[in-house]
Amino acid sequence: MDKELKREIILDNYNNPFNRGIPSDDSYIMINTNNESCIDNLDIYFKINEGKIVDVYFDGEACAISTSATSIINRIILNKTKDEIKEIIDNYKNMINELSYDKEVLKDLIVYDDIYLQPNRKTCALLPVKAIEKILEKM
Amino acid sequence: MNREDFPMLKNNIIYFDNGATTFKPQSVIDKTVSYYSSYSSNAHRGDYDISLIVDKEYEGVREKVRRFINADSTSEIVFTKGTTESLNMIVFGFMKYNLQKGDEVLLSKSEHASNILPWLELESEIGIVIKYIPLNEKLELTFDNLKSAVSKKTKVISLAHITNTIGDVRPVVEIGKFCKENNIYFVLDGAQSVPHLKTDVKELNCDFLAFSAHKMLGPTGIGVLYGRYELLDKLKPLVLGGGMNSSFTDNSYELKTLPTRLEAGTQNIAGVVGLGEAISYLEKIGMDKIHNHEVDLKKYLTEKLSNISNVKVYNKNTISGTVLFNLDNVFAQDTAIYLNKHNICVRAGNHCAKILKDELGIKNTCRISLYFYNTKEEIDELVKVLENSYNIFKEVI
Repeated sequence: MDKELKREIILDNYNNPFNRGIPSDDSYIMINTNNESCIDNLDIYFKINEGKIVDVYFDGEACAISTSATSIINRIILNKTKDEIKEIIDNYKNMINELSYDKEVLKDLIVYDDIYLQPNRKTCALLPVKAIEKILEKM
Repeated sequence: MNREDFPMLKNNIIYFDNGATTFKPQSVIDKTVSYYSSYSSNAHRGDYDISLIVDKEYEGVREKVRRFINADSTSEIVFTKGTTESLNMIVFGFMKYNLQKGDEVLLSKSEHASNILPWLELESEIGIVIKYIPLNEKLELTFDNLKSAVSKKTKVISLAHITNTIGDVRPVVEIGKFCKENNIYFVLDGAQSVPHLKTDVKELNCDFLAFSAHKMLGPTGIGVLYGRYELLDKLKPLVLGGGMNSSFTDNSYELKTLPTRLEAGTQNIAGVVGLGEAISYLEKIGMDKIHNHEVDLKKYLTEKLSNISNVKVYNKNTISGTVLFNLDNVFAQDTAIYLNKHNICVRAGNHCAKILKDELGIKNTCRISLYFYNTKEEIDELVKVLENSYNIFKEVI
C-alpha cells in the first residue's frame, strides 16, 4: 500500500473514528487502556453475545496513531469469535514488532506496517491491543 | 547566553523542556565525575586523605546551599533524592506527628503530583482534611483567594512557588507573612522556582522548602530539603541505618544531630558536589539576570505565537518561562511528535498536575519551558515550524 493511501486511511479513522462515544446501556464491558510513557488514554466498551463481540465503542484522548488504530481494529473485530480475534491480534503484534505475519487477516491494519520506523510510536499502535487482550480473557 | 558551556546544545537540538530537567554545563559534569576519578571514597571515614576530601567537598556544598537560599544554618539543609523525597519527608516525617484529625491543609489544583499525593495518603492515614484554594479565571492563585480559603482549622499551606503547568509566580512573600502571623505551617515546593528566581527563605518566611538539583543544571537524584531548625529538629527520619546513628545497642539507638540524622546510608556524593558546582555556575550569571532573560524570551515567544491563527496559548500573562499551547484540532502529543521531527523538544501532557484539567477544561497541552540558554533564534525556528504546521499529519503519520 502506498504511503499516501495509508495516511488517508489513518486520517480518516482519526477524524471520523468508528463508534466513538459512550454506549448508553450497561450491557457493555468497559476496559481502559493507556500508555504509561505518554498521555494516550482510551476507554473501550465491548458487548459480548454468544461468544462474539457484537458491538464496540471507544472514548477518551489519544494521538492520531492510537485513535486511528483503535477505530480500525474495533471495526475488524466486530462479530468475530475469540479465536478469530486472537489470530488478528497476534498477527498485528507480529507486524508491529517486525516478525512474520499474515497480511490477509489484518485488512486495513496493514497501514501500520512501517510504524517500526518510528519506534516511539509502536506503543501508540498497540494501545487498543492491550484492552482487546483483556476482553479476550473474559470471552 | 553561555551556550558554549553546554555539550548537549552542540547536538543540534532546540531544547524547550527545562521544566522537566535542564542540560548540564561542562563544569558540572566535570565536577560530578571528579568524585569518581579523583577522590572516590565514603564520607565520614576520616582515616585517609581522599575521605577527608569527600567530607570537605560534601559539607562545603551544604554551606553553599545555605548561602544560596539564605538559611540560618547548615543544620537546616538536608540532602535528599529530590523535591519529591523532600516533600514526602515533610509530610510523613513531620506533619504526620504534628497534625491531628480534622486539621486542614490548603493546596491548589495546579500543584505537582508530589505536593498532592503524600497529603492524600496522610488524609487517609490520620484524617487531615485537604482543601483546594480556588484559582482565578486565569488559573492563578491570588492572595485574596488564599485568605478566603483559610479557616480556624487551617494548619498547613503547601504550594509551589512557581507552578510547573501555567507557570504562575505565587505571592509567596505575602503568604509567608500571613502564615507566620497565623501560626500556619508554610511548605514551599521550589522545584520550578529555585532554578529561576532568587530564593531567600527568610524573606519568604517558609517553614520548609523542597527543590531538585537536576532542574537547575545539577545531576539527577539529588535535591534539598530545607526546614526551619525548630521544626526540622522534630522531623522523624523515614529511613534509618548507617551514618545517622550515634550509638545503638541490641534494643535501642541514639540518633546524630541535624542534618546528619536525616541522611541515612551512603549519600549521593557525586550528586552533591555536582549540585555545588551548579550553584556556583548560577551565581556567576546571577539569578536576577536569569529570571529577566526568561521573562523577555516568553514575551517574545507569546507575541510571535499570537500571530499564528491556529495556535492557542493558555497562559500568556504569567511571569515566568513557561508557555502552554495547543494547535487547533491537533492532539498535544501529535504536535510534540511533529516538533521533534524538527529537532525541537517540548513536553506534551498534563505535566504531572492531573487534577488541573478540571479547571483548565482541557486535559492535555504542549509545554514550552525556557531557561537562560534558550535564544530568540530558537524561538524564531519554533515559530517557523508551527507556521508550517498545516501539513502536520503528513509528517507525523
